[in-house]
Amino acid sequence: MFSAFRTIVARDLVLAMRRRSDVLTTLFFFVIVVSLFPLGIGPELDTLRLIAPGVFWVAALLASMLALEKLFFVDFQDGALEQMLLVPQPLSILVLGKVLAHWLITGLPLVLLSPLLGLQYDLSTDTIGVMMLTLLVGTPALSLIGAIGAALTLGLRGGGVLVSLLVLPLYIPILIFGAGAVEAEVSGLGGVGHLSMLGAILLLAVLAAPLATAAALRISAE
Amino acid sequence: MKGGIAEFFNMGGYALYVWGSFGVTALLMIVEPLLVHQRRKAMVQRIRRMVRLKSENQT
Amino acid sequence: MSSRLINWFKFSSPATFYPLAGKIARVSAVIAVLLLAIGLYMSFFVAPTDYKQGEGYRIIFIHVPAAWMSMFIYLVMAFWAGMGLVFNTRLSAMMAQALAPTGAIMTFIALWTGAFWGKPMWGAWWVWDARLTSELILFFLYIGFIALQGAISDARRADRAGAILLLVGVVNIPIIYYSVKWWNTLHQGASVSLKSGSSMSAIMLETMLIMTFAFWAYSIAVALYRVRSIILEREKDARWVSELPEIRS
Repeated sequence: MFSAFRTIVARDLVLAMRRRSDVLTTLFFFVIVVSLFPLGIGPELDTLRLIAPGVFWVAALLASMLALEKLFFVDFQDGALEQMLLVPQPLSILVLGKVLAHWLITGLPLVLLSPLLGLQYDLSTDTIGVMMLTLLVGTPALSLIGAIGAALTLGLRGGGVLVSLLVLPLYIPILIFGAGAVEAEVSGLGGVGHLSMLGAILLLAVLAAPLATAAALRISAE
Repeated sequence: MKGGIAEFFNMGGYALYVWGSFGVTALLMIVEPLLVHQRRKAMVQRIRRMVRLKSENQT
Repeated sequence: MSSRLINWFKFSSPATFYPLAGKIARVSAVIAVLLLAIGLYMSFFVAPTDYKQGEGYRIIFIHVPAAWMSMFIYLVMAFWAGMGLVFNTRLSAMMAQALAPTGAIMTFIALWTGAFWGKPMWGAWWVWDARLTSELILFFLYIGFIALQGAISDARRADRAGAILLLVGVVNIPIIYYSVKWWNTLHQGASVSLKSGSSMSAIMLETMLIMTFAFWAYSIAVALYRVRSIILEREKDARWVSELPEIRS
């Protein structure tokens, strides 16, 4: 079972590396959205410092949601998805593999890039550290829960917008605890409580989300 | 609540808020059944036409 | 199979459920009108004036029942979704689909009356109170479900996709509620609670209960009435539909 998991992850990473542009679009979307806010709100550094956690997290949310569409669509179109449904290994393991690959392509770069953007918002180094930590724990959960939405709206016209409608309400706890952790850390309250809740949500997502996604895939790919 | 009708509708100064919420609720709880009824009537007519067409084709 | 199990499933076929739904819908519609009349009379003429909030508090008599209904209807929809997936009875999915608009309307009523109540009491149309915020998110969940149902043309796939979304949603509701509560207590200086300041006198509680049952009867009536037209839409080619009295006349 684990070898199937590994092959799926390797396959998806290779496929993604072939179409490098897809990887960068999500990244640049994140950068652009984060850079837009100072233009909208004004360059005063203390306001920027205040809104930084919320802006970063909302941008991460939107970026990961935009990247969801490609998660299953390419396999769905060329029939690879049907083959995956017939594999003896449980489908949720394959889904977990695909989501991990998807996260490595779209989620991890956001985390690695956030320090650079943190400088734009004049964040102190330890704030950036906490930001990266929360994003590191939060973005996988975003991809896992988003995969459910992607599977449900597979092959629907106007699926992109529909995914956001289905998935955003489910992202709210992650947003609250993610942004809250950074804010609590900055204000000295200590973000451990938020971070542990974020970790709990991630664990729940790792265990439960692939099952729901697998069921949704079986329905959509019928 | 023995005061005159006007005093009743004034709702102790909260007229806008009380009648605003009760009014919208009443409106929604009347419009919704009407919409459902309309939807059903349209469906019944459509089926009736389908049944008639089918019987005409057979004869 | 024991005979009891068999007739339990008798009403899961649309043909036998259709007339039953009609009867129940009519009965609960009458009950709804009666209870609403009594409830409205009590909420305006019987319930005493609240010493702190004056007459404005009467909005509670529709705000709280609507809020309860919005939550309860979502749970019932999730129940039908579960049943639909487990027993593969298509009627359960139709029930979930029939309940969705009513649930969304109840949530909207709860939000609207919450805002209209918040304005005089706290001076703002929208208060980021934990319950109002969760109610707003619940409204998004309803809209998501209705949008998903609308986007899928094939009825079978729409049913099962909707069922999964409902089950995922119902698992998330407690998480959303507590995260919003956590978020609210964090950022909320004074604890603003929507419960009316004064404790509820017996009469007020009674009025609210009557209004709640009225809302229940109303939702049952509308949902069953809508499920009948959904059944007609889905079974329009079936022979039993063409022999229905309202079709043949």
